[in-house]
Amino acid sequence: MTSAPATTASDAIPKVRLDLLPILLPVAIAAVAYPLVGNLTTWLTLTIAALAMGMMIFVIASGLTLVFGLMDVLNFGHGAFIAIGAYLAMTVLIPLSGWTQADSLALNLLALLLAVVVAAIGTGLLGWAFERVIVKPVYGQHLKQILVTMGGLIVAEQLIHVIWGGDQKPMTLPTALRGAFTIGDFALEKFRLLAVAVGLAVFAGMMIVLNRTRLGLLIRAGVENSEMVEALGYRIRRLFVGVFMAGSALAGLGGVLWALYRETLTASIGGDVMVLVFIVIIVGGLGSVGGCFLGAILVAMTANYVAFLAPKVALASNILLMVAVLMWRPQGLYPVAKR
Amino acid sequence: MAEALLTLEGVHTHIGEYHILQGVDLVVPRGGITVLLGRNGAGKTTTLRTIMGLWKPSRGTVTFDGRAIGGTDTPTIAQGGIAYVPETMAVFADLTVEENMILAARQGPPDPARLDWIFGFFPAMKKFWQYPAGVLSGGQKQMLAISRAIIEKRTLILIDEPTKGLAPAIIESMIGAFAELKRDTTILLVEQNFRFAASLGDQVAVMDDGRVVHRGTMAGLSGDETLQTRLLGLSLDAHQ
Ligand SMILES: Nc1ncnc2c1ncn2[C@@H]1O[C@H](COP(=O)(O)OP(=O)(O)OP(=O)(O)O)[C@@H](O)[C@H]1O
Ligand SMILES: [Mg+2]
Repeated sequence: MTSAPATTASDAIPKVRLDLLPILLPVAIAAVAYPLVGNLTTWLTLTIAALAMGMMIFVIASGLTLVFGLMDVLNFGHGAFIAIGAYLAMTVLIPLSGWTQADSLALNLLALLLAVVVAAIGTGLLGWAFERVIVKPVYGQHLKQILVTMGGLIVAEQLIHVIWGGDQKPMTLPTALRGAFTIGDFALEKFRLLAVAVGLAVFAGMMIVLNRTRLGLLIRAGVENSEMVEALGYRIRRLFVGVFMAGSALAGLGGVLWALYRETLTASIGGDVMVLVFIVIIVGGLGSVGGCFLGAILVAMTANYVAFLAPKVALASNILLMVAVLMWRPQGLYPVAKR
Repeated sequence: MAEALLTLEGVHTHIGEYHILQGVDLVVPRGGITVLLGRNGAGKTTTLRTIMGLWKPSRGTVTFDGRAIGGTDTPTIAQGGIAYVPETMAVFADLTVEENMILAARQGPPDPARLDWIFGFFPAMKKFWQYPAGVLSGGQKQMLAISRAIIEKRTLILIDEPTKGLAPAIIESMIGAFAELKRDTTILLVEQNFRFAASLGDQVAVMDDGRVVHRGTMAGLSGDETLQTRLLGLSLDAHQ
């Protein structure tokens, strides 16, 4: 036995398990919802609305899940970037109202693009400062992280009151994005299409970076075992600051979309959506971008169908969804292998 | 004895409030394999982690290649030429074997000739190149962890109990690989399997209760059964 070539014993080709079951969940939920809603047009509208909402939540949540995965940092201040992103965009869009109100898709989109770029750069830089001043001193201390980052959120909301005023602001959609395409008696809102397109583009971009670039490999390796990444000679902190900034910029982008979707803006817009965001990253599996994408769709579907069928239990339904998923998979839909 | 590559002098390490290393003195000469023996909980893993900068020594000095690295951070220590194969192996399960190796090669894409040299020891690495490391068997993960450490030439490799839980046949192949490897690099090997250790080791140090209690040549220890019984009685009983 001892003289046998050593590797033969265990050289059988291992099975790579493709875990597709969670992907069927949104399909199943949509299928269950259909007879309950009982009307094809209504069901389609609700489903599209859910996809749009899901994509916006995904854009907001995607960075946060990596931030947690990489450094175990619980950032309750993430909502601040959502709100500030939206306010920055509003600040850009107001003087550009000539462009947003013009009857030209190109001008409309150009104005929006400018607003989004300013929002993303602004929140990205703010993320850098937030990480240095607020998060860095409390690495590895969860309770302090919760308190300090929540404090950061409250301060940010107060700053918004000081800079932009405390009242509710209108956030007007550019002309070309208002209204809907109608197909028979089914109306497909233009903005929802845009939100889905942006969400898919962000998802695709993240997947390419995470799977096809060295930087992405380092991020995924760091989410699994940051200590080993350091032992291979890489500085995990630099990686983390980069991811934190990118995550903050994405939250800013998501905030712009979210405010446009609601067509109004208050300082608490970020804090309000954070409950859903946390449910999404827990359901998806902390640190998993794919899980976050799926979790966002599930949460948005549940929210939309239940809001139509039984409006009073809308938020409770998402908490129930989370409990159900965690009973099935305690680490979330796509758990990340941890040391 | 050859010139010292790594020297620990009076190293104390605290983990939280626990005083784990209590004055470790250790010399690893350049070239060959130095084996670190000792019963469970003696402090072997803590010693390797302290060298790697994953724990900071609270007292004493760690000198590597002429430089004090006692307070240096882990990435800098790694860049200085020390590779680490932890007890847990720490392969990135979600990444393929190839991606694990890409990250381990810091200077650019893995060198094909070097890869072939590694595939010579560990053919399974070639076979499972495109598979996620998470689906590999325990022995294959160990081979990947070692392959990562040697994909580029390093000055010193720290390896923590590579034979733990492996089938005898796989251990045999590792003996071959290590014998070849030690011509290329200096190795500090933590090992509880005395037969494995004795067949490879040039120097040996034995730890107990957070201190090195014996230092000498492997030949000296292998040939002296009384010394073995005194130093290793416990660990031999526990492991054979
Ligand atoms: N993270 C930790 N927190 C507290 N105590 C620890 C920690 N890691 C190790 N210890 C303690 O330090 C002592 C030395 O542990 P270490 O892992 O270095 O021993 P070892 O010689 O590698 O043992 P083994 O042969 O079991 O791997 C043990 O008593 C262990 O319980
Ligand atoms: Mg150990």
